[in-house]
Amino acid sequence: MGAALSEPETVLSVNGITKRFGSLVANDAISFSLNKGKVLALLGENGAGKTTLMNIIFGHYMADEGSIEVFGKALRASNPAEAISHGVGMVHQHFTLADNLTVLENITLGTEPLWSVTRDIAAAKAKIQKLAEEFGLKVEPDTQIKDLSVGEKQRVEILKALYRGAKILILDEPTAVLTPQEADQLFATLKDMLAKGLSVIFISHKLGEVMAIADDIAVLRHGKLVANFPVSEASREIIAEKMVGEAVEKPERVKMTAGETLLAIEGVTAQEGGHALLKNISLSLHRHQIIGIAGVSGNGQGALSDLLAGLVTPVKGSVTLKGEGLTRFNPSDMIAHGVGRVPEDRHVEGAVGEFSVEENLILEEYNDSRFSKFGWLNMSSITKHAKGLITAFDIRGAAPDTMIRSLSGGNMQKVILARALENKPDVILANQPTRGLDVGAATFVHEQLFKARARGAGVVLISEDLEELLSLSDKVVVMYHGMCSQPLDADDVTQQQLGLLMSGEGFSEMEASHAA
Amino acid sequence: MEFFEMFLNIGFWAATIRMATPLIFGTLGELICERAGVLNLGIEGIMTTGAMVAWMWVYQGGDLWTAVLVAAVFGMLFGLLHSAFSVYMGLSQHVTGIGITMLATALTYYSFRMMLPGVTTPPKIVPFENYAVPFLSEIPVLGQALFNQSPLTYLAFILVGVVAYVLYRTPMGLAVRMVGENPMAVEVQGIDVYRVRTAAVMVGSGFMAVGGAFLTISVFDAFYFDMINGRGWICIALVIFASWRPGKALLGAMLFAAFDAIQIRVQQSSSTLIPYQFYLMMPYVFSILALIVMSRKAAYPKALLVPFRRGQR
Repeated sequence: MGAALSEPETVLSVNGITKRFGSLVANDAISFSLNKGKVLALLGENGAGKTTLMNIIFGHYMADEGSIEVFGKALRASNPAEAISHGVGMVHQHFTLADNLTVLENITLGTEPLWSVTRDIAAAKAKIQKLAEEFGLKVEPDTQIKDLSVGEKQRVEILKALYRGAKILILDEPTAVLTPQEADQLFATLKDMLAKGLSVIFISHKLGEVMAIADDIAVLRHGKLVANFPVSEASREIIAEKMVGEAVEKPERVKMTAGETLLAIEGVTAQEGGHALLKNISLSLHRHQIIGIAGVSGNGQGALSDLLAGLVTPVKGSVTLKGEGLTRFNPSDMIAHGVGRVPEDRHVEGAVGEFSVEENLILEEYNDSRFSKFGWLNMSSITKHAKGLITAFDIRGAAPDTMIRSLSGGNMQKVILARALENKPDVILANQPTRGLDVGAATFVHEQLFKARARGAGVVLISEDLEELLSLSDKVVVMYHGMCSQPLDADDVTQQQLGLLMSGEGFSEMEASHAA
Repeated sequence: MEFFEMFLNIGFWAATIRMATPLIFGTLGELICERAGVLNLGIEGIMTTGAMVAWMWVYQGGDLWTAVLVAAVFGMLFGLLHSAFSVYMGLSQHVTGIGITMLATALTYYSFRMMLPGVTTPPKIVPFENYAVPFLSEIPVLGQALFNQSPLTYLAFILVGVVAYVLYRTPMGLAVRMVGENPMAVEVQGIDVYRVRTAAVMVGSGFMAVGGAFLTISVFDAFYFDMINGRGWICIALVIFASWRPGKALLGAMLFAAFDAIQIRVQQSSSTLIPYQFYLMMPYVFSILALIVMSRKAAYPKALLVPFRRGQR
């Protein structure tokens, strides 16, 4: 991007960084360098060690071995103050902002000596305004962080780094929380920064955007640097293979005609503490159908998921399951009606970490006559049941009595999937079923969902990954402020169009009518 | 109409302000700790310690103002101990705080007995004398109540302003507020979270100890066991009542003290039909009611009770 015709200037070099967490080697002798005005994309699956490596550069962790040089000077102490003073800035994946404080306060913290008796607010405001104009990062300094959108929060994070005079900016999965439009805006800002001589490390696992913005690519796998080449020598296939370590075949959605209606939600409104979570939503799910729910997180997907899980009772509207109108909403009735559930957060809602695999597998039906009689658990039958599912769902590293906490994310998800799918439910609710999983495990989940669809089940798939949604779903519905859009045919709609809906376009009339 | 005449009485207002003073110190101290994200349940014990050491300092021939300083230093030491457990080791703030209260109280009583063995009636010292502010103290009723008080009371009122200024107008105050909202936001700006929290807890604990000292070297002239009598716990409630704001903390402390002053007077003047315990109970009932009303929309510092551990995922 930058038109550097002369010899490239190395601004950051990382030499042989190794970091261990207990027996896990998170980073294994990693070396790379970053040139001035360039974008280095750091790619890898979840758990490959990308964030760990960046946290070492920024000083959150101390490396066990290796050294880091910035502009020819070694980073000595391992704390953020040292990194900042050398011109390194970082935008964390999970924003590091204080919600109840203002933009200005978040940006200026740490820029004035702690013992001074006043804060120069006017000067700070002027400087923020100047930076904001220079880099197209519009934001109001006196707004509280909690009133900002996700995209604006990210702008504040970038401004924070620029305010400290960052010359090297690390962005950890910056587009994960953005709509496609917001992401485009971010890329425009990045181009401005490159033109002004900043250098960027860009962490991602989305290949498309990497190909578009990066100059160089470094791929991590299981803590090792497995590839480092200019983007001109890369193709999507090569990168994907480097990331996963083997060629992956993605399951394809085969055309199927939708069958009878399984689930009909009509005009449902749900509230919590006087706050509307769902506003007059309607949705119908048929046999042989996957409906994808898109939306920026926190726009009612959680409430929809809770509704189908029996955790929320609607104040208005009706829910009909296989022709039968529901009157009571509680989890056990939902299970009895044949709703299989894969909850959003497997650690919190999906599994009991301190319980064994076999115990977790019968959580929903421990009262079933197969597993308990007269109030006593039938342990041999429970173990046999677990053994069967461990084989059927290829749950690796697990025996029936293994504590589920010790399993990897992918295998824990397989346990939850096994529990949800073993009784062949007609309606399957899958909320973020592949979040945090590596490609192999995600593919397994996708295959299982397709299998369920093939045998005649309907799936409600909630995901923030648009690529996943469009490849799995027959229909896509966008949620915004607790409302649902019309179902769109997944084959006819683009990510850009979904992005517009996700940012609220076309919802204003609906919202007004609900308010009235 | 006796009841309403009370409010025209200088003695009533003077008592209210006097009774509010230890609560102001304690509430400000607790507020500073909690703004930094650390609940300090050591307050009751730290106030007891402050009360005793200040009194003992004077009893041994020390100067009154130095006694205030000594109390603050002892408070800060217990604050440091609290931080060592709750900030640096990240242990439960509840358990640590209760532990500090029990330790500080027991150590205080123990040392008192060790230093004055065989004393049955508590010995007396010469406490702070009221200082009448020239001119201001001559304003009828309010002036006479407000401006003829112990110097420590003036200090408490001044500190409300100082704490508010430091919290909202200085970089240090910003760091304290931020560390109570999201420690990670402080860490990424290159500031040591542990140090900010420890400093806040130490300063806050110093305030608490001075609140205790006020009782022994200003209101009374002796140290009694159980003299803090739950004032520390009241301060914890007042912080919530105040929504973590110094100005409202002052208001809350005054309100509670006023209830207490009313209670004493009504108790004296009423018939024997209603047992006196009922009046004793009143301020607490009112403070619970006030809490219910005020704390419904209270925005807790988000990182209150959340330990921060560096370099962990």
